[in-house]
Amino acid sequence: MLALLLRDLRLATRAGGGFGLSLAFFLIVTVLVPFGVGPQSERLAAIAPGILWVGALLACLLSLDRIFALDREDGSLDLLATAPVPLEGVVAVKAVAHWLTTGLPLTLAAPVLGILLSLPAGGYVWLALSLALGTPALSFIGAFGAAVTVGLKRGGLLLSLLVLPLYIPTLIFGAEAARRGTEGLSPATPLLMLAGITLGALALLPFAGAAAIRAGLR
Amino acid sequence: MAPRSATPVPMILTVSDLAVAQGGMAILEGLSFDLAPGAALVLRGPNGIGKTTLLRTVAGLLPPRAGRIALPAEGTAYAGHADGLKAVLSVAENLRFWARIYGTADIAPALSAMDLQAHADRPAQTLSAGQKRRLGLARLLVSGRRLWLLDEPTVSLDAASVGLFAGAVRAHLARGGAALMATHVDLGLDEAELLDLLAFRARPPAAGQGGGFDGAFDGPFDGAFT
Amino acid sequence: MSIWEYANPKKFMETSSWALPWVTGLAVVTLLTGLVWGFFFTPDDYRQGSTVKIIYIHVPAAMMAINCWAMMLVTSLIWLVRRHHVSVLAAKAAAPVGMTMTLIALFTGAIWGQPMWGTWWAWDPRLTSFLILFLFYLGYLALWEAVDDPDSAADLTSVLCLVGSVFALLSRYAVLFWNQGLHQGASLSLDSKEHVSDVFAYPLWTSMAGFVLLFLTLVLLRTRTEIRARRLRALEARERMA
Repeated sequence: MLALLLRDLRLATRAGGGFGLSLAFFLIVTVLVPFGVGPQSERLAAIAPGILWVGALLACLLSLDRIFALDREDGSLDLLATAPVPLEGVVAVKAVAHWLTTGLPLTLAAPVLGILLSLPAGGYVWLALSLALGTPALSFIGAFGAAVTVGLKRGGLLLSLLVLPLYIPTLIFGAEAARRGTEGLSPATPLLMLAGITLGALALLPFAGAAAIRAGLR
Repeated sequence: MAPRSATPVPMILTVSDLAVAQGGMAILEGLSFDLAPGAALVLRGPNGIGKTTLLRTVAGLLPPRAGRIALPAEGTAYAGHADGLKAVLSVAENLRFWARIYGTADIAPALSAMDLQAHADRPAQTLSAGQKRRLGLARLLVSGRRLWLLDEPTVSLDAASVGLFAGAVRAHLARGGAALMATHVDLGLDEAELLDLLAFRARPPAAGQGGGFDGAFDGPFDGAFT
Repeated sequence: MSIWEYANPKKFMETSSWALPWVTGLAVVTLLTGLVWGFFFTPDDYRQGSTVKIIYIHVPAAMMAINCWAMMLVTSLIWLVRRHHVSVLAAKAAAPVGMTMTLIALFTGAIWGQPMWGTWWAWDPRLTSFLILFLFYLGYLALWEAVDDPDSAADLTSVLCLVGSVFALLSRYAVLFWNQGLHQGASLSLDSKEHVSDVFAYPLWTSMAGFVLLFLTLVLLRTRTEIRARRLRALEARERMA
């Protein structure tokens, strides 16, 4: 299991692994927003938490199809399915690897990008905290979606269609926590709900993902 | 087909009355064979007969349509058409990953058995097709499994590499392992037996005999439409 | 005599071919009664005028949109646990019907909302929930389309339906948390009559029954089509093998 995690991290960080692509995408989306809505800092400040959450979510979505598609193409997924490791564990480890290479960097980058959007001073902590709590759920939900669509024609497009509705609760609670924190209200309730979604996704979705991979390999 | 022996040697693989299906239709049926330690069975038959489907079923990737498969408790080592190599990892890194997945330690013997020591630090993407195939087969050696399931293992291997591979299989059998393989190449394994799958081709179900929709239902299905 | 007998496609086809004309006839009669009664024989609302009459389509459609997903959840579970093909084909057959009901509820809601709230659309929790439900139907159907092997497709869509149900429910509460809305509370409930007077309620109950029967008709019809399509596939495969 640890070997799989280390291999996935190594693959993501080597040349052509796509590490940093999500970060660059996140940066570009954030830069584009002021061009769309205007440079007034009050307006940007009002929408900054939500924009950063949506941007992080889309950046996360971008790299989802790599979770299983590459392993499927080169035959590794067949071999992993016959290897003495539980497929549920494989799904969980791959989701963790995805979070370490995507969710975590996005969480760390979000406060920096908050400066570009005139995020009020009180918001940085809550933005980072809500992303840190919410992005694991994004990775696990995404891994489930990637497991469902692995090996399908036009799987990438379908993946977005399946995963985005599943992202709605996470986005609502995450952005709400960041917004409340920024406005000086108590973000406790949405943060707790966010943590609940993440824990639920961590506990249950690897099983659903493994079932989907088994069905897809047939 | 290996004759059923009454000897107390426990079989590594026992397949009884197996039927395998592809896309919901049975393609092979009535397969029964077993593999004792040291035995190899070569599957023969024209393209599309179901060699790959049979191997994937035995590997557990496909559910059997009917019948039973008794495998060793520790599982099998399966080698399909694709080698499962990561292009950006080196030969040694690729092999070490699988060794850790299978819980074995030493990759040096496998590298030397497949004549890959010289390439250990090269990224897998710079290998030739035959070298990649040899690396894929080296994975079998580090798996430590007694039962190998091989699907066209000699594709893109040159004559010398085929000999190398045959030697590895022979050594595996000598250690008490077993191998089930689909190949058209004569590996020069005297101990290998042949199984022609043509004899087990599933007959299309006769009209009125239910058939393709699924065996899950009793009685004829056609009746519903007449 | 167990309910699982109907999981046999032959038995299902026999029973449904016998039942379908009756269910269809009953659906037409009930639906026409409910709608004609509601549209022409109820007084206008003192505040909303005749606009209120769209309730006889809006509420039953919204009810069936949710009930359809619940039915798909149950039939998907039956497939996953007991591997009855008819069950999962019924889920596949029901999905477009449920999606259409969701669309009807959204459109009639917009038509009703325009004169009442002065807007076609508001990010009200109920409206938003139905939009999200529509997205779930969309994903479910797209997945059926994308997978070639029918059994794999059945497995994948069933797992998606299961996970989707959990997240749809989560979305419902998340949306409530996110925005308290304009929408009135439930118009009908079994234990209180405080919202809608009997003169509106009886035709509404009738059209709801009509929508249930309409749904049943369409799902039976579509399930029969799906079973025939699978049968055709099997016959073609047999042809190829022979």
